[in-house]
Amino acid sequence: MRMWTNASPRPGRIRIVGAVVALSIGVVACGGDDQGESGGAQSGDDEVLVGLITKTDTNPFFVKMREGAEATADELGIDLQSFAGEEDGDNQSQVDAVDNLIAAGATGILITPNDSEAIVPALDRARQAGMLVIALDTPLEPADSADATFATDNFRAGELIGEWARATFEADGTEARIAMLDLNPNQISVDVARDQGFLQGFGVDVGDESVIGDEGDPRIVGHDVTEGSPEGGRTAMENLLQRDPDINLVYTINEPAAAGAYEALRAAGKEDEVTIVSVDGGCPGVENVASGVIGATSMQFPLDMAALGTEAISDFAASGDRPENSEGLDFVNTGVELITDTPVDGVDSQDSTWGLENCWG
Amino acid sequence: MMPSDSTTLDAAPRELADPPVLAARGLVKRYGPVTALGGADFELMEGEVLAVIGDNGAGKSSLIKALSGALVPDEGEIEVCGRPAHFTTPVDARAAGIETVYQTLAVAPSLDIASNLFLGRETRRRGVLGSWLRMLDHAKMRSEAARHLNDLGIMTIQNPTQAVETLSGGQRQAVAVARAAAFGSRVVIMDEPTAALGVRESRAVLDLILEVRGRGLSVILVSHDMPLVFEIADRIHVQRLGRRAGVVTPASHTMTDVVAIMTGAAPAPE
Amino acid sequence: MGITDIPAMAVAGDNEAAPAPAGPRAGRSAQPATEPPPPAPSPSPVTRLQHLLHARATLGPAVVLAVAIIVFASVSDRFMQPANVSLVLQQVAVVGTLAVGQTIIILTAGIDLSVGAVMVLTSIVMGKLSAEAGLPGPVAIGAGFAVGLACGLINGGLVTRLKLPPFIVTLGTLNVFFALNLWYSESATIRGTDMSSTLLWTGETFTVFDTRVTYGSVIMLVLFAGMGFALRMTAWGRHVYATGDDAEAARLSGIRTSRVLLSVYVVAGLVYALGAWILIGRIAAASPQAGQSENLDTITAVVLGGTSLFGGRGAILGTLLGALFVGVLRNGLALSGVDVLWQNFAVGIFVIVAVALDQWIRRLR
Repeated sequence: MRMWTNASPRPGRIRIVGAVVALSIGVVACGGDDQGESGGAQSGDDEVLVGLITKTDTNPFFVKMREGAEATADELGIDLQSFAGEEDGDNQSQVDAVDNLIAAGATGILITPNDSEAIVPALDRARQAGMLVIALDTPLEPADSADATFATDNFRAGELIGEWARATFEADGTEARIAMLDLNPNQISVDVARDQGFLQGFGVDVGDESVIGDEGDPRIVGHDVTEGSPEGGRTAMENLLQRDPDINLVYTINEPAAAGAYEALRAAGKEDEVTIVSVDGGCPGVENVASGVIGATSMQFPLDMAALGTEAISDFAASGDRPENSEGLDFVNTGVELITDTPVDGVDSQDSTWGLENCWG
Repeated sequence: MMPSDSTTLDAAPRELADPPVLAARGLVKRYGPVTALGGADFELMEGEVLAVIGDNGAGKSSLIKALSGALVPDEGEIEVCGRPAHFTTPVDARAAGIETVYQTLAVAPSLDIASNLFLGRETRRRGVLGSWLRMLDHAKMRSEAARHLNDLGIMTIQNPTQAVETLSGGQRQAVAVARAAAFGSRVVIMDEPTAALGVRESRAVLDLILEVRGRGLSVILVSHDMPLVFEIADRIHVQRLGRRAGVVTPASHTMTDVVAIMTGAAPAPE
Repeated sequence: MGITDIPAMAVAGDNEAAPAPAGPRAGRSAQPATEPPPPAPSPSPVTRLQHLLHARATLGPAVVLAVAIIVFASVSDRFMQPANVSLVLQQVAVVGTLAVGQTIIILTAGIDLSVGAVMVLTSIVMGKLSAEAGLPGPVAIGAGFAVGLACGLINGGLVTRLKLPPFIVTLGTLNVFFALNLWYSESATIRGTDMSSTLLWTGETFTVFDTRVTYGSVIMLVLFAGMGFALRMTAWGRHVYATGDDAEAARLSGIRTSRVLLSVYVVAGLVYALGAWILIGRIAAASPQAGQSENLDTITAVVLGGTSLFGGRGAILGTLLGALFVGVLRNGLALSGVDVLWQNFAVGIFVIVAVALDQWIRRLR
C-alpha cells in the first residue's frame, strides 16, 4: 500500500512495539495454551501425562470434551494438558502440539484431528516414542494409525433420525419432500456419515455410502451447505425452499444449522408444516427439541469420549493394556441416543427432559 | 548564537520604511550532529521574484520548509510584514498568506482539478445544506476553478472535472500554481517548478510566475535552473553551508559568478 | 472530520481589482502563446473502453450484475419473483452492511481483517446484556455500538499513532477481539427467545407490493445511501479519497490525515455493530461462532465493486453492486441446482477478473 513506503521508524515507536512484543511473549510463556489441570510441562517418571488436542477450543462440543477429560484426569490423579487448533482445518497447530507432547514425555494423546490424513506422520512419531494414540470423534485416515478410536457412530446417528422420520411420515401417510443441509463441499467423514445414515434410515437408496449427493430419489429436493452455522443454515434453507416450497422434511448436519433453518421456515410462515431433524445433543439443541423447533436429534456424548479415552491411557500406563474396539466396528462406540418428544414405535428414544440432564454445551 | 549575516547588494533603491513581506533572522535547525541551518537570514520584499539558489546541503530546502511551515526551526525568528510569526504546520503559514507549490506538487492524482484546487478548503453550500448536512458546493468549486485557471492564462486545460492524473507534467504544475495563486494573499513559494519539465513547459511556468507577480503576490523561486532564474528573478538569494552567502541581482553578477559564490569558489559579496 | 472554512477568496479578488500592468498578457515571455495541442488520433475501442471504465468506476460491476440477473432470470422463472428479490436482499444484508465499513477503510489504502471479529463481539455484547443482564433492548444495542466504536478506536489508534500497517494491526486485533468474544460468551450461543424483541427487530418484515421485506435489508440500503452522500458530498468524503490517493499530498494540502484515518476506522466499527444487529435479527441468536467468513466476503464485495485495493479510487455504490452480485450468483446457482463447489469457483474467478480489470484501468495515467 502506497502509504507505508516512506514510513521511517522513530525511536518512540520501536520502544512501544518492543514493549508489546515483550508483553505478548510474557503472556504466552505464563498463560499460553496450557488450559489443562496442572502447569508442569515436564512429566516426571511417576506422573502420567495425557495430552488432549481438539480441533478448536471454540466449539462447545470440544469444550465439553475437555471438561470430561479434565474431570477424569482429576479422579485418576493424572496430568492433563490441552491444546487446540486455531480454527477448523488447522492441522499445523495440532502437529506442533503432538511434538510438544512427545518432548514432554507424555504417556498418551487424545486427538480430534482437523485433517485425518495430514496428522498421521506426527502421530506415528508419537507411537514410535511409545505413546498411546487415541482418536476422538473423528477417525484417522487410515483408522489404524490410532491405537484406538472413541467416537460416535455418526452413521448410526443419522440412521436413527432417518428411521424416526420415516416412521413419523408413514404414520401420517405424507409423501416426504426432503431438504438436505450438509456441512461444506469437502465431503468430510462426519458429514458423509450423518447424511448417508439419515437417508439410509429413511429408506432412500444411498448408492455409494461414502459420497453425498449421488442419490437419485425424487423425494430429495436438493443438498446445500451450511458451514454448521445458523447463518449458513438459514441461507441454505431459503435457497432450497425457493427450489421447492413444498419441502416438509429437513435434515441438518448439526443443531446450529437447524436453528438457522428454522428461522428461514418461520420467515416463510412454514415452521409448523416442516419437520427438522438434527444430530448433536447440545443443550441448546435439546431445548429446541423441547420447544418444537427440532423434531428429533441424535445425541452424542463427547464427555464420555474424552473420559473413556483418558481412562484408557491411564490403564495403558498402569498395565500396558490397549483398548479394544466395539464389536463389528473399527472404533469404540461411545453411544448415540435419540432425543424426541414424539417417539415412534420401533425406534428407541429418550425425551427432552432426559436430554436436558445429559446434554453438553 | 551566531552573528547574523546581513550583506545584501541591491540593484535598485527601496523605501526603507516598507518591511519585507517575509523575513527570517538567525534560523537554526539541527538534525542530530548535522546542522542544516546555522543562523540563516532571509528577506523577501513585496512584489518581487526572489530566487533562492544553493548547492545540495546548503540548507535551501530546510530554509524553505521553515518559511512554509513544514518545519519548526530550533532557533531564530520569522516575521510577516514586520510582525513576528510562528508556524507549526503548513496550515499556519497558509493562514498568514503564504502558499507553497511543492516540488512533488501535492496533488491527489485521481481527484479532478477542481477538487485538487480546493483540497483542504472545500466550499460548502449555503444555508442548512451546508451547515447541517455539510454538503459541498461542487458547481461553485468547478466554476471557480475554471475561473482561476483562466485568470492565470492556462488555456490548455479545458475541463476542470478531468482527473489530474490525465494531465501532462506541465499542466499539473499549472494546477498546483493556480491553487497557490488562488489562495495566496502575500507569498507564493515555488520549489523547483521546472525540475521535471521540458523546455516548452518550462516557459509556460515562467509565464505563470510573471502572471502571479502581476497580481501583486511576492514569489520565492527555488531552482537549479539558472537560465530561468536569470530571466525572471529580481534578486537572487544564495544559500551556502546553512547560511545566506549573499543576495545578488542578475544585473550585478553573471551566471558564472553566482555559481562560484554558491560553491564557495568566490567570496560572498560584501 | 473538520471542514475548513470558505477560503479568503476576497483577497484574490482584491488582487484582480488592482490595475494590471498593461493588460493581462503583459510581462509574458516573448514566445508565441501556447497553442492547444494537436488533436490526437482517434482512440481504439479498447482505449475508449478503458477511459470509460476509468471515469465511471461502477460501470463494470453494474454491467456484470445486470448480465447475471438476465442469465438467471432466463434459467429459472422463480428468480425474478419479488419474494426471491427480497430474499437476495436479506441474504446480502449482513455482508453488505459490513462491507460499507470495509469500503471506506480500503479507500484510504488500508484494509480491515477484524471485520468479522468486531461484528461477533458486538453481537455477543448485545445479546448477553439483553438476555442475561436483562437490560432494555435499546440499551443493549447501544452498548454494542459503544463496543464497536471502541474496537474502531483501537484499530485506528494503532494505525495512526504507532503507524503500523493496517493489515498487521487488524490481523492482530482480529485475534484479540475474537478471543474476547469467546471469553465473554463462554462459547455459548444466546437464543433470540431470551432477548428483547428490539434486538430481533431487524429480522422483522413489513409488506410492500405483496412481498415481505425485512427491516434489516432496508437498513443496509439506507446505510449505502447515507455513506454515498457522505463520500461524494462532504469534505470528509473528499479527504478520505485524497488520503487514500496520496497521503502526503493530502497532508501538504492541510488535511489532517491522522484524523481522517482514525475517523474511518471508528465509523467502520459502528457499521460493524450495525451489521451485528442485523445478523441477530436474521438468525434470531447471538452466536460466538459467527463472523468467520465475513472478512473475505466483505473484501470480495469491495473488490468486485471496482474499488481499488491501493486506495483513493472507487464508489460505495460499487460495493453494493459487488455484494449483490455475489448474492445473486449464489442464489441463482442454488436455484438452478448447481453444486456449491462451483459457486465458490465462480466467485473466485470473478474476483480475479475484477482485480485484473482494476489494474488495467489504472494503467491509464
